[in-house]
Amino acid sequence: MEHILTYMTFIPIAGMAVVLCLPSAAHNLIKWTAAIATVPPLLLAIWLFVNFDRSQAGFQFIEHYKWIPSFNIEYFVGVDGISITMVLLTALLSFICMFASWGIEKAVKGYFALFLLLDAAMMGVFVALDFFLFYIFWELMLLPMYFLIGIWGGPRREYAAIKFFLYTLAGSVLMLLALLALYFSQTPHTFDMTKLMAAHASYPHQFQIILWIALFIGFAIKIPAFPFHTWLPDAHVEAPTAISVILAGILLKMGTYGILRINFGMLPVATAELSYYFLGALGAFNIVYGALCAMAQTDFKKLVAYSSISHMGYVMLGMASFTPMGIQGAVLQMFNHGTVTAMLFLLVGVIYDRAHHREIAGFGGLASIMPMYTGVAALAFFAALGLPGLSAFISEVLVLLGAWQRYPVLTAIGASAVILTAGYVLWMMQRVFLGKANEKYAGLPDINGRELFTLAPLAVIVVILGFYPRPVLDLMSQSLNSLNQFVLGG
Amino acid sequence: MSIGNIQSLGYILPELVLVLGIVAIFLIDLVVSDKQRLGEIALATVAVSLLAAARLAATPDAFLFNRMIVQDPFAVFFKVIFALSAMAAIWMSLGSREIKGANQGEYYGLLLSSALGMYFMASASNLLMAYLSLEFVSLTSYVLSGYLRHDRRSGEAALKYLIYGGVASGTMIYGMSWIFGLAGSMDFAQINTALTQGNPNQLALFIAVVLTLAGFGYKISAVPFHMWAPDVYTGAPIPITAFLSVGSKSAGFALLMRVFYPALSRPGADGTWQFLPGVDWPQLVLVLSMVTMTLGNLSALSQRNLKRLLAYSSIAHAGYMLMGFVVLSNEGLRAMMFYMVVYYLMNIGAFLVVMIVANATGREDIDGFRGLAWRGGAAPAVAMAIFLFSLTGLPPLAGFVGKFYLFAAVVRQQFYFLALVGVINSVISLYYYARVVRTMFLDFPDGTEAPVTVSAHNGALMWGLSAATIVMGVYWAPVVAFTNRSLQFFTG
Repeated sequence: MEHILTYMTFIPIAGMAVVLCLPSAAHNLIKWTAAIATVPPLLLAIWLFVNFDRSQAGFQFIEHYKWIPSFNIEYFVGVDGISITMVLLTALLSFICMFASWGIEKAVKGYFALFLLLDAAMMGVFVALDFFLFYIFWELMLLPMYFLIGIWGGPRREYAAIKFFLYTLAGSVLMLLALLALYFSQTPHTFDMTKLMAAHASYPHQFQIILWIALFIGFAIKIPAFPFHTWLPDAHVEAPTAISVILAGILLKMGTYGILRINFGMLPVATAELSYYFLGALGAFNIVYGALCAMAQTDFKKLVAYSSISHMGYVMLGMASFTPMGIQGAVLQMFNHGTVTAMLFLLVGVIYDRAHHREIAGFGGLASIMPMYTGVAALAFFAALGLPGLSAFISEVLVLLGAWQRYPVLTAIGASAVILTAGYVLWMMQRVFLGKANEKYAGLPDINGRELFTLAPLAVIVVILGFYPRPVLDLMSQSLNSLNQFVLGG
Repeated sequence: MSIGNIQSLGYILPELVLVLGIVAIFLIDLVVSDKQRLGEIALATVAVSLLAAARLAATPDAFLFNRMIVQDPFAVFFKVIFALSAMAAIWMSLGSREIKGANQGEYYGLLLSSALGMYFMASASNLLMAYLSLEFVSLTSYVLSGYLRHDRRSGEAALKYLIYGGVASGTMIYGMSWIFGLAGSMDFAQINTALTQGNPNQLALFIAVVLTLAGFGYKISAVPFHMWAPDVYTGAPIPITAFLSVGSKSAGFALLMRVFYPALSRPGADGTWQFLPGVDWPQLVLVLSMVTMTLGNLSALSQRNLKRLLAYSSIAHAGYMLMGFVVLSNEGLRAMMFYMVVYYLMNIGAFLVVMIVANATGREDIDGFRGLAWRGGAAPAVAMAIFLFSLTGLPPLAGFVGKFYLFAAVVRQQFYFLALVGVINSVISLYYYARVVRTMFLDFPDGTEAPVTVSAHNGALMWGLSAATIVMGVYWAPVVAFTNRSLQFFTG
């Protein structure tokens, strides 16, 4: 298990190579091959979960090799308490999304090959500890994502795909410049993140501020934070179901993960100075803004997409609080939002596959037609609105309690949005599931075994973490507390 | 060390091989009926010349022909690039439908002559030699771009190229005459000594430098001397366009670097350079670089002809490469040289796919690419996507590594604004490159388009270039080692 993180990252790429060699017409073979390629990373993730040393704040399972010696670029991977939660989430959602993609009929080989490439890139982002390597994986996600949205997406897929591509690239080129500036600030020049973190005291003040903002813009586009969020509703709505799940479940977390790892870890002084406006106030604004937008949507999927903006606002607010409770709540919220929103997009996909539209007003009384579907959907949506006993409640409460100690006003604003959230969720449920059954959909079949198979593991996690969040909190508490101390002491 | 005429012959084996090849082609043209053989002879000639050039890497540096040309690692590097460009162009010509007419002997003869001129451009160490070799390359290029005699666009291309070229080289030689007047010599090393030790009139020197820059700017298609490029690239046969966009541009850069660095600058400490007092050409070229990339990219946005789009893209890439030129460091120069290698891979590749599609459909506009991936052309579509995303500079492709080194050199010397303009331009360029990709993959054919097939001949080059583009994006240490070794100017 010496190379566990490498295996987790590159097994999907090996799977991609195998898929590319299969005949294009063998649809089932391709699907099963791709699905099997996501199993080893999932099993390794479970092993990682069991064997991760929770008492350590530093990086574990490190692998460190020279890559391009003349420029001091290294292959350097490892996990700490912050990234391990994301690694677990990535392995789980990649596996689930393979089965959520079973209905793909168009250019099957291309879809699954690109999907596996995307898997590898996502895993790479969370385990990379060399800034250059991190950047490569970060950018590597763009290509498969562009094609996955652009070829297999909805009616406005071309627009959505290029918009996603341009926004993200614009953000990441700023990161490239910041990365180079950090590299040259050290002698000898290095991309090693642990060294760049250790050298934080050597960065001049103004240098930190400019770099922090450049990096923040890059990451904020990914989160996405207002005003960089406009790509999200387009991309999420046009993408095929499984890709929406990946987008909302994993890609959005890369924004906040990047801020924690790089902005917090390398630029503590700027973080302490700028967090109030850029993370706290903006986060609180996002919570309210996302909720209000969600309330105005008539499209089921768009509603879920805007709810993501709102929920990611809690992550930002929690990160800005600099209290152990708030920051742990933030990372827990990243994990919980990953599972909950994945369920929501899967559920939207289920109904879209049957009714071929997503207009909320077009449904009604689905509870009597699809009782089992309604049950699962109720669980997921109640989790999304933060019902006590389900996972998102814990993380949102932790965030609000943590943030209250520093920013009472922002916290009050954020907390009041819970009412808005309840409003749009309940109103949507009333229109879709309750009321008089729409005759047109009387014959819709209930949720099938495959769909249930994709939803069940997530539902179990949502319920368990709802009253026993310790398994996830224990993983990250050491690393987050030490990061928090680091920024406060910076 | 300076060597006389007879002894020098041993050092110019690559050039001699080319000359022999040219003569052989003209003679054999008279006797063989299968003109395809001529292309194969040309290919073999350049291959032998490439080997001869590579062998020169081990020979000691020297001035040849009484200091007219110089043998140093820098010249060898560019000779390798030119030989590879010429080989790619000949390979493409052999698989092109356009180049099937008569006069193949002259065509291949001229192509080799053009390569020969480039060899001399890279190794010139005297203003006279520089001018003669540059003109030699230009004259052969005029004829080559007008090779399709029945195509009016091809004729237009040749004429425009000629007129612009005449103006630019006239301006340049006027500038060179000022330099000669100020320094009293045409030898690069002596110019440097004279200008450093004497106290030339700074305004006069600045004017001389600006005028000289016109000729180089024309060769590398930098703004404001870029106007010929879109028309010539569109009208010339595709293999020639590819050759011009890579070979001719690299030759321009080679001469530009040799004149502006060892001749007009002084090496400073720590791998940096200082320009001569009063001749603040870096500021000027800095502005040119930013304007070139921005104008190239913005103009490319609305192009519908693929060759024209790639022409504007190649203007933008001249702007990117100039970034490495203005920072006055060896790192910048190395980044430029490395970029030329990756630019070779991806740009030849992109033109090759354009040619494959044009062979099958007779179309060069973007609509000819509609749904290419879905009508039997999946292979060229995938290859084109690789080349275009590499041109954008996305990892894990070679183009990213090239841009990374350029930006690294720029950030290192703290030209932050230039770096910012550069990265914003990369984002802009994504839009038009992705538009081609969108047309190939995201649009679906409407059934009227001709199917696209790839011959084994063209396919071999296409896959070779795309594989190299990917491999160089993941592991490029050997190539960097080669470019780093090659940045050595012999100054006596």
